[in-house]
Amino acid sequence: MGKQTKIEIGVGILVVLTVAALFMIALRASNFTATFQDRPTYTLRAYFDNIGGLKVRAPVKLSGVVIGRVSTIGIDPETYQAWVTMKIDQAYRLPLDTSASILTSGLLGDQYIGLEPGGDEEYLADGDEIEITQSALVLEDLIGQFLVKMSDQGGEQ
Amino acid sequence: MLRFVQWLGHHSLSRIRAAGRLGLFLFSLLPALPYALWRVALLLKQVYNTGTLSLPIIMTAGLFVGMVLGLQGYNVLVDYNSEEAVGTMTALSLFRELGPVVAALLFVGRAGSALTAEIGLMRSTEQLSALEMMAVDPLKFIFAPRFLAVVIVLPMLALIFSALGVLGGYLVAVGWLGVDEGAFWSQMISHVDWYDDVINGVIKSVVFALLVALLSLFHGAEAVPTSEGVSNATTRTVVQGSLGILALDFILTALMFN
Repeated sequence: MGKQTKIEIGVGILVVLTVAALFMIALRASNFTATFQDRPTYTLRAYFDNIGGLKVRAPVKLSGVVIGRVSTIGIDPETYQAWVTMKIDQAYRLPLDTSASILTSGLLGDQYIGLEPGGDEEYLADGDEIEITQSALVLEDLIGQFLVKMSDQGGEQ
Repeated sequence: MLRFVQWLGHHSLSRIRAAGRLGLFLFSLLPALPYALWRVALLLKQVYNTGTLSLPIIMTAGLFVGMVLGLQGYNVLVDYNSEEAVGTMTALSLFRELGPVVAALLFVGRAGSALTAEIGLMRSTEQLSALEMMAVDPLKFIFAPRFLAVVIVLPMLALIFSALGVLGGYLVAVGWLGVDEGAFWSQMISHVDWYDDVINGVIKSVVFALLVALLSLFHGAEAVPTSEGVSNATTRTVVQGSLGILALDFILTALMFN
């Protein structure tokens, strides 16, 4: 086996291993496949009093299945409410009276938007607004309310 | 007192001079780089020397680093009942930091030092001058293929390192500690972003490769032509290379992940 052949085989091994590593990372360890499955989406908008820890790219779930992602988050300068736009897969149509609430996966998990379909016969179209919304539960507020209740009860007794 | 000030001034000046020579070296090397692309045989030989021969150490290290990450991550995460996140943790730390950084550190020790020693020895045995006598430009024939080979090879090695690390984490977490296999991979897929995490890691390792290539060739070319001089040059490559990688990593992380 000539020296040049040996070098070429060695470089070949390096290239094969690199390609294998890339494939493994792309297919099994990252969202590479998802970024190329760009399915057509439509945009919905919703106003919340408080979005808690919701972030851009957070999932939008219907009955626990991810059907879209949060695309932008902002503040309405007049009402001081937070608005969230989300891109929903066009395969899923949602009734007009769908409600959106911000939920948490697990006790310490990430926050996501949960959709609850209503019974309306008409469907939400691109750019529509989800009118029935429920804000995120902020743990500190909850504890605060609980403490106030406790102290009230203590005062009565 | 005056001697101390003089010593300080002397060292500052020599550092600045060395930095200037490094810059000049880079500028004389850059126009020679395209020639390396035409001499495929020379380039392949360097890819073999720096890349293929570094594979064993990179692959073993990657596997073990991943296994340690899996074990440590599991021990912490099991307290919060979220041991499935061990895959995410292993993958993110490998793709963002450990893959590029540790691969580059190992590479400086394995290939960078060898390059410096090789070129230093060429210089001390006056092979470089002999090439010039024959009207062969050592920049095109010796330096350019090596520089290019390092820049091509190190990102590849970093990817292999990361992939094997994830595999190591998988072996420990799923095979040994009994983490659910489906949750391990699906959490990883949903939390690791192709562009933000994987591609940024590759960009990091390209930057490290430029640094390692430049430093090891520069110190080789600068080596005092004695056996002691060559060994000092090798040490400088490894020390400055390692410190440079860690410092650059901090800067790149601050730029990329903020």
